[in-house]
Amino acid sequence: MSEAVASLLLVRGVARTFGRLHALRGVDLAVAAGEVVLLLGPNGAGKSTLLRVVAGLARPTKGSVRVAGRDVHAEPSSRSALGLLSHQSFLYDDLTARENLRFAAALHGLNGVDSLVEDAIEAMGLARFADRPVAGFSRGTQQRLAIARATLHQPSLLLLDEPFTGLDAHSAGELRSRIAAERAAGRAVVCVTHEPGEAWLPATRVVALAGGRVVLDQPRPDSLEEFRVAYGRAVAA
Amino acid sequence: MSVWRAARAIAAKDLRIEWRHKTALLTATLFAVLVLLVFVFSRDPASVPLASIAPSVLWVTLALSALVALNRAFLLEREHAALDGILLAPVPRQALFWGKLLSNLAFVLTVQAVAFPLWVLFFNITPTGALLAIVVVVLLASVGFTAVGTLFSAMAVRTRFAELLLPVLMLPFMIPPVFAASEATMRLLAGRPIGELWGWLRLLALYDVVFVVLANLLFPAVVDE
Repeated sequence: MSEAVASLLLVRGVARTFGRLHALRGVDLAVAAGEVVLLLGPNGAGKSTLLRVVAGLARPTKGSVRVAGRDVHAEPSSRSALGLLSHQSFLYDDLTARENLRFAAALHGLNGVDSLVEDAIEAMGLARFADRPVAGFSRGTQQRLAIARATLHQPSLLLLDEPFTGLDAHSAGELRSRIAAERAAGRAVVCVTHEPGEAWLPATRVVALAGGRVVLDQPRPDSLEEFRVAYGRAVAA
Repeated sequence: MSVWRAARAIAAKDLRIEWRHKTALLTATLFAVLVLLVFVFSRDPASVPLASIAPSVLWVTLALSALVALNRAFLLEREHAALDGILLAPVPRQALFWGKLLSNLAFVLTVQAVAFPLWVLFFNITPTGALLAIVVVVLLASVGFTAVGTLFSAMAVRTRFAELLLPVLMLPFMIPPVFAASEATMRLLAGRPIGELWGWLRLLALYDVVFVVLANLLFPAVVDE
């Protein structure tokens, strides 16, 4: 089986520049189904840029991104395999939770919208908020709705861009459980974070970026403290 | 996944949000009414008859109120980075263009549906068959500059000064349809033979086709980073 088919996500030689700024300098990354990859790095390392390139929101200056064997930038339909959850919720304040989910379902061309939306509302414990406008939601409730939105079409690759930002301990715990559930369901997760401890337990692998390059790529070690030392060295090198 | 299904969903979402608030709709409509009133009260009735300025006033009013209306097209996609949520959908970027074009057109035509009867009233226009023909001219002109406005508002929304940038980008492109529509309106009100209109109507139709096609082709480059 070729690497392109075996890997759910295959990033090859991706570079991205903004004027004179080199945000990414030839990044290679392959992620298989069932993996939970923590993508770490200091500010300006290129983590969020890489996630935006993988999600098809930004075009690479060089290189290619394939999801489930298809080029994300050349084949729009390949984005049906992707879900993105960021610290921005992609929700409309003036629509209710149910209307936001119905809109997302329509964009993805899903069938059986009513039952899908009701199942998502039930699964995320949003039943009593379903017909209220998002504007009045707490950050935690918005995040639960954003998770429901990002996973409504059951993507095989879930991209998380600093999803723990602004969450209280309870909501962060719920999100960790969700990541573990995605892994158990055989889906892949790439989670960008500043703090590896936020999603350490469900992670299977850690990748660090610095200066737009991959400087560390290894299975998740048992000890977070030992990893912090190795990570500090890799980033400083 | 159909482009049209996604486009319809985007247009329906925009109209639902606008219907719920009506802020932009009321603002643009009030703006149109104020522009009409300014022209009516600022002219010298002894030297400038209403009929002589009526066509120009109609088109200045419709063009400026359309600008106000188009300004809000992508602003609501800014909150919570909702634009990214749409761009993640497994459909070509053109679905967003068509969805926004549909909702913008509905929005602009709603404002015009209020402004037009007021123009008839304020300028003592005799209700004849010419008014129906002017409605056709309004529809023809609106399609073209709404397509241009949809493209430019997508471009402007990524900048810090979107509200200021859109008029600067758009006004030069509004000159041809506003000029052609004003000439056609003038001839219709003067009861000129229909043969004198064809040139202007053809120009408006050509503008529509060219700019709808161009905006549709350029749109992906505008919304992609």
